Amino acid sequence: MELLQLMDSALRLATPLLLAALAGLFSERSGIFDIGLEGKMLAGAFAAGAFATFAGDPSYIGEYWSVPIGLGLTDPLKIPLGSWGVWSVWIGLGAAIIVSIILAMIHAFASITLRGNQLISGVAINFFASGTTVLVAKQWFAMGGNTPSLDGSQRFSTITLPGAEAAADIPVIGPIYEGLISGHNIIVYAALAAVPLSWWVLFRTRFGLRLRAVGENPGAVDTAGISVVKLRYSAVLIAGLLCGISGAYLSLGTSAPGFSPEMSAQRGFIALAALIFAKWSPKGVLGAALLFGFLEAIGNKYQSIDIGAFVIPVQFMQALPYILTVVILAGFIGKAIPPKAGGEPYVKER
Amino acid sequence: MSTVTETNQGRAPASAPVPPAIELMGISKAFGPVQANKDISMTVAKGAIHGIVGENGAGKSTLMSILYGFYKADSGSIKINGVPTEITDSHDAIAAGIGMVHQHFMLVENFTVLENVVLGAESGALLKPSLAKARGELKRLAEEYELDVDPDAVIEDISVGFQQRVEILKALYRQAEILILDEPTGVLTPAEADHLFRILRNLKDQGKTIVLITHKLREIMDVTDSVSVMRRGQMTATIETSTTSPADLAEAMVGRRVMLEVNKPPAQVGETVMEIKDLCVKDSFGVERLKSVSMSIKRGEILGIAGVAGNGQSELLEVLGGIHPASGGEILMGGEPIDLSVKANAGHRRERGIAHVPEDRHKRGLVMPFKTWENTALGYHNLPKYSKKFGFADQGAMLDDARGKMERFDIRPPNPQLIASSFSGGNQQKIVLAREIESNPDVLLIGQPTRGVDIGAIEFIHQQIVNLRDQGKAILLVSVELDEIQALSDRILVMFDGRIQGERLPENTDEKELGLLMAGVNPEDQQ
Repeated sequence: MELLQLMDSALRLATPLLLAALAGLFSERSGIFDIGLEGKMLAGAFAAGAFATFAGDPSYIGEYWSVPIGLGLTDPLKIPLGSWGVWSVWIGLGAAIIVSIILAMIHAFASITLRGNQLISGVAINFFASGTTVLVAKQWFAMGGNTPSLDGSQRFSTITLPGAEAAADIPVIGPIYEGLISGHNIIVYAALAAVPLSWWVLFRTRFGLRLRAVGENPGAVDTAGISVVKLRYSAVLIAGLLCGISGAYLSLGTSAPGFSPEMSAQRGFIALAALIFAKWSPKGVLGAALLFGFLEAIGNKYQSIDIGAFVIPVQFMQALPYILTVVILAGFIGKAIPPKAGGEPYVKER
Repeated sequence: MSTVTETNQGRAPASAPVPPAIELMGISKAFGPVQANKDISMTVAKGAIHGIVGENGAGKSTLMSILYGFYKADSGSIKINGVPTEITDSHDAIAAGIGMVHQHFMLVENFTVLENVVLGAESGALLKPSLAKARGELKRLAEEYELDVDPDAVIEDISVGFQQRVEILKALYRQAEILILDEPTGVLTPAEADHLFRILRNLKDQGKTIVLITHKLREIMDVTDSVSVMRRGQMTATIETSTTSPADLAEAMVGRRVMLEVNKPPAQVGETVMEIKDLCVKDSFGVERLKSVSMSIKRGEILGIAGVAGNGQSELLEVLGGIHPASGGEILMGGEPIDLSVKANAGHRRERGIAHVPEDRHKRGLVMPFKTWENTALGYHNLPKYSKKFGFADQGAMLDDARGKMERFDIRPPNPQLIASSFSGGNQQKIVLAREIESNPDVLLIGQPTRGVDIGAIEFIHQQIVNLRDQGKAILLVSVELDEIQALSDRILVMFDGRIQGERLPENTDEKELGLLMAGVNPEDQQ
């Protein structure tokens, strides 16, 4: 039972990692390194929290949806509103996706169009998101950078799969179905579904073939008469979309009451580690995200693990994803070979 | 004379003139201040093999890249089969029936042959039908043109010769009627090159038009119908191949009479200066690159190492030059062993009298954004002649020294303050050569001395190498250009798969025999 609870918790914790790592997968397979997963998640989490608040909180809902833009504007922005309250969580999700995509497009513009350094652009996005979310949250809500607590239609509700309660009594399978598989919100299931979908897109479609090619040798794509720029923009766009969903999950789909400062808590970097651990494959990303989620679940549940001979401190569990990544990168367990053209802006050679 | 009305159906009557496959009119292209192409006009007849020769930097590749839509011309127009055609990107070029085999292959290395062929020419949004269609088509093309390649092989696992076939297949799969090949034989063994030329003649017989860019005059003479010569961005001549000679072409390329033979007095061979015994090298993946190689070099001789690129020659140079540690064996300089461990770097080798002109001068020979005087001192910057008291660098001495070197090696423009990247390939190579030769080594290692170097400079560099030999120095020459090896060497070793495949004297061998050795075949075994 305890193991089942741990696995249930692992699945929830793996979800944002999975979405962000898939985001990184699309971006990096196209040759654009994305160290800004963290920033996009955080900005998405804030946008989701803020807009779910606006849509669902009666104090913001009247004849108009008045968005307290502040920042010099005297009158709040007024958007006529019907009974949108029930859609709060979806408005939140939409806002998260839009904000994350805007950041992704800034990254794309800097690294594809302007051929800037992709790492610097990613770091800049992380700092920007970290500072701006708190600043705007304080301005809008005056709650020390938090959004108000969200409930009801402002949050993703858990889905009980058909027959879960009835099946609960069946030995072995019953508890697994009821306790582990059923009872998550839609984002968890969507993230799981995104794995085979990503695989299919990358390895079974024309778009996927071209996307993988542009991350390996953009010259081959260019001389085949395909636009390198468009392909890379589309890949980064998909990354923005997935990061937005991941961010929305953090503020609207977990036990957190709403957005709080730095709530992404370096998950963007763990996701990057998962991506390397997975050697840039969708299947591997699933395994790595679940493993790292499981480690986090253990860390959350136990303060330390006594295995008789000695005690493993919880910090070790928290550090384990990074340790594993270093081990993988050092080439001890197979070799993690990144996309060959990754990080390099494409310039037609002379 | 009655004019024949041409119809679009069927073939035009034989008496009607067939429009040329390619017609370039007044093409100009500048990269910043460099005028790469100046008002170039050229016509290539349909069904011909047309050569374009010229020195490096003469603008051949730029011109063809414009035709392929890789670059956009500043002015000028293009007609394909008599039809004015606007080519703004490679997509337009492919649509106009033009295919190009680039000098550096445009292949995705971890994709299969099939995936590479299909890339950009897929028949729908899903891959499966595209791949199935391409598989059938590849089979047909393979039979028709001697272009058999395993469609499921991964590119990085097949040889460069096969990779090149994939490039040709890519173009044919896109129904190219005009095929441009940019320096196609640089990476091939002589036998592979012969196979390529057979394929090209085959394609020509099928009515395809072929443009061959090369700097090897022999290939032009062997395979082309007509040839255009380019010099400094301009087209200086277009001639029927049968009416010209290599000497005339070389003159047209350089603008003056060129000595194609190296002026080389007989070698005065002295005692052994360097001895290599059972040298082994592993690369970073643990793969053996040198498998127990032994050789010795004497004073006053040029030892040429022939071989197709990637058979261990680069590793040999790197170990001797102190860039890569050895995994076994020993090297003796004047009878004394030298340290081959990781600790011993290029600096230690210099102290032992080994100078190194690396194969890749951009990566290893020069610091491109550094000034000439810095580059001529680098590696030797700790010598007393470049130092002042308390270990400060004597920049004045470095500058003076650089000025002298630039004069003696005819490096143009002779300004030591210019950065290395602002020089032409030939002058960059002369900077490296000046630094290493004037360090007065016992052994000079020299890799690909004339890669990317124009004919005029080749002459000069070859002469410098011979002069150094005549001063009683030992020279280890590695080159993938067989002509160069044959012209310069006093003794030739052929490397294949990390081993010495055979040793020959240049006067007792020929290209065919060396070619077989380079392919790993022992000519004696064949009979």
